[in-house]
Amino acid sequence: MSPRTPAPSGDARPPRASAGTTTPPHHRVYRRPHRGVRAHRRPDRLGGLGAAAWLVVVAVPLYYVLAASLRERSDYLDSGPLSVPRHMVLSNYRTVLDSGFATYLWNSLVVTVATVLLVLALALPAAYAIVRSRSRWVAAGFSVMLMGLAIPAQATIVPVYLLITRMHLYDTLTAVVLPTAAFALPMAILVLTSTMRDIPGELYEAMTVDGAGPAHILRALVLPLTRPGLVTVGVYTALGAWNGFIFPLVLTQSDARRTVTLGLWNYQGQQGGVNVPATMAAVVLSLLPLLAAYLFGRRHLLSGLTAGFGK
Amino acid sequence: MSTSAVRRSDGRPGALWAAPALVYFALFAVVPMALVVVLSFCRWNGLGTPSFAGTRNWSRLFDDPQLGQSLRLSVLLTTVTWAVQTLICLPLGVWCAGHQRGRAVLSTLFFVPLLMSSAAVALLFSALLDPNFGLAHTIGPWLGIDDGNFIGDPDFALWTVMAVVSWQFVPFHTLLYQAAARQVPVQLYEAATIDGAGRPRQFFSVTLPQLRNTVVTSSVLMLVGSLTYFDIVLILTNGGPGTSTRILPLHMYQTGFSSFDMGYASVLALILLIAGTTLSLLVVRVTGFRRMASQREGL
Repeated sequence: MSPRTPAPSGDARPPRASAGTTTPPHHRVYRRPHRGVRAHRRPDRLGGLGAAAWLVVVAVPLYYVLAASLRERSDYLDSGPLSVPRHMVLSNYRTVLDSGFATYLWNSLVVTVATVLLVLALALPAAYAIVRSRSRWVAAGFSVMLMGLAIPAQATIVPVYLLITRMHLYDTLTAVVLPTAAFALPMAILVLTSTMRDIPGELYEAMTVDGAGPAHILRALVLPLTRPGLVTVGVYTALGAWNGFIFPLVLTQSDARRTVTLGLWNYQGQQGGVNVPATMAAVVLSLLPLLAAYLFGRRHLLSGLTAGFGK
Repeated sequence: MSTSAVRRSDGRPGALWAAPALVYFALFAVVPMALVVVLSFCRWNGLGTPSFAGTRNWSRLFDDPQLGQSLRLSVLLTTVTWAVQTLICLPLGVWCAGHQRGRAVLSTLFFVPLLMSSAAVALLFSALLDPNFGLAHTIGPWLGIDDGNFIGDPDFALWTVMAVVSWQFVPFHTLLYQAAARQVPVQLYEAATIDGAGRPRQFFSVTLPQLRNTVVTSSVLMLVGSLTYFDIVLILTNGGPGTSTRILPLHMYQTGFSSFDMGYASVLALILLIAGTTLSLLVVRVTGFRRMASQREGL
C-alpha cells in the first residue's frame, strides 16, 4: 500500500473504485466482462516461465511413475529411469493384483465410503444448526470445532489407540473409520456453514411463514442448495480417508485389515528394491480412484476452498 | 413436520441438531487431548493398564539425548519448508488464477501430487533417489553428491526430505492462493493499470495486501502440518541415516509404538500439541488477523 497511488491499495473505497461509471474517464477504461485477475493486457512472461519450471518439477516424477509401471523389469534396469519404455506391458499391474493388493484396495474403499457417509451425516445437521440456531451452546461448540482444525491428529495417536483398544475395536476397519471421520469433521462443517450462509435469509423466512419445520426446510431448501458444498466435503474427506496413514498404521495389525497406504509400504518391503516397475504399478493403482473422484468434483473443489478459506 | 406453536413461529433448528457431531468430535478429538495429559503421568506399555507414575516421564525430558536433536530438526524442517513452499505457492497460485491459455490443463496437472498418499510419494521418491538405478545417479554429481546417495548421506538426508515434503504440499497451498487471488476485485487492477502500475508493482501493491488473509491461513496450516507430520520421513528414511532425520513426531511415534513407552510418548505428543497451538496463535496474533478481517469492507 503506497501513499502515492491512492486507488490500488487494499482500503480502496467504493466511490473511487466505481469512478469509471460515475465520472467521465480521463483515461481509456478497460471494462471487459470478466472476473478475477484479468486486467493485465500483456502476457505474463515471468509468471509463465515460473509455471513452466514447476511443471517440470511435477511432471517428471509423474511421468516416471507411469512409464516405470508400464515397462518390463529388464527394460527399466537397462535403459534408465526416464527413457521411453521399449514396449508397454500391463504385466506389472497383474503382478501387483495377484499379490493380494486387491484386498488393500477393497479395505480402503470400505473405509473411505464409510468415513464420507459418517462425516456428511454428522456435519450436515450440525452446520444447519450453526447457521440457523440461536442457541449459545451451538455457537460455543462451533468455536471448539474451529480450534479442532489446528489439532494435529498425530499428537493424539496414543490416547486414540487407548480408546480403540478399550472399545475392543483394535484391528478392525471401524477402528480406522471412527477417528478419521472425527478429524475430518471441523473442515467439513466449516465448508458447509460457508455454503449455507450464502442462502438468502428470505428463503428461510418464506418457508417458515408457510409453516415448515426445521426438518422440512433442511430437506427441501438447504439440501439442494448446498450440493456443491457437499461434493467438496465428500471429495476432501475421501482424499483424507483413502490416503490416511497414521490411523491404519497404529490401529490395525493383520494383513487382511490393512489399507492401501500400508499395503504400498508393505509392498515396498517385499519388492521395492527388487521390482521397481511393480511397485510403481501399485502406486498408480492407489492413485486411480482418487483421480476419478477429483475429476468428478473438480469444479466444486475450488469453490469449496474459496468458501472455506478464501474469504 | 411439527405443529407446535413454538416451532411454527420460529422454524429454526434447536441445539440438538448439532449435538451428534459435537459429541462425536468430543469423543475422538477432545477427550484424547485430555487423555494425553493423563497418560503423560502414567507408565503404560500399550498392552496392560496404564499405572500412575508421577512426574517420572516429565523429568526424563532433561536427560533424553534425542530430544534436542529432534527438536532442532523439526524446527529446521518446519521453517525451511514453510519458506520454500510460500515462495513457490504464492506466485504460482496468482499465476494460476489468471486466464492464460492452457491454464486449466496445467492447474489439473499441478494438482495431481495432492492426490497421492504420503506412502505413494515416498515410494516414488525412494525409487527416483535410488543411487544405482534412479534419477539420483544422474543428478547427484551435478549437486556434489558423486555417488547419488541423497538419502544415505547424513548431511543431505534432511534437505532431501524437505524437498519431497514441499513437492507434496505445494499443490494444496497453490490452490488456496489461486482461490483467494480470484476474489481480488478486478477494479483494483483496473485502477492500478490506469495509474500506470506495472505488473510487479501491481503484485506488491494490490495482490499481496489482498492476499494477507490467505498468507496467514496457509502459513498456519503449513507450520502446524509440518510440525506434526512424519509419514514421508518414516517411509523414506525411517529417521536415518543414524538419527539425522529423526524429527520430533517420528521420535514420538517410535517411542510409543516401537519402544512401547506410551507415557513418555505422551509427553512428547503434548510438546507437539503445545508447540503447534502456540505457533498458530502466534502467527495469527503477530500478523493481526482480526484487523485484516475487515480489510475488504465497502467493496
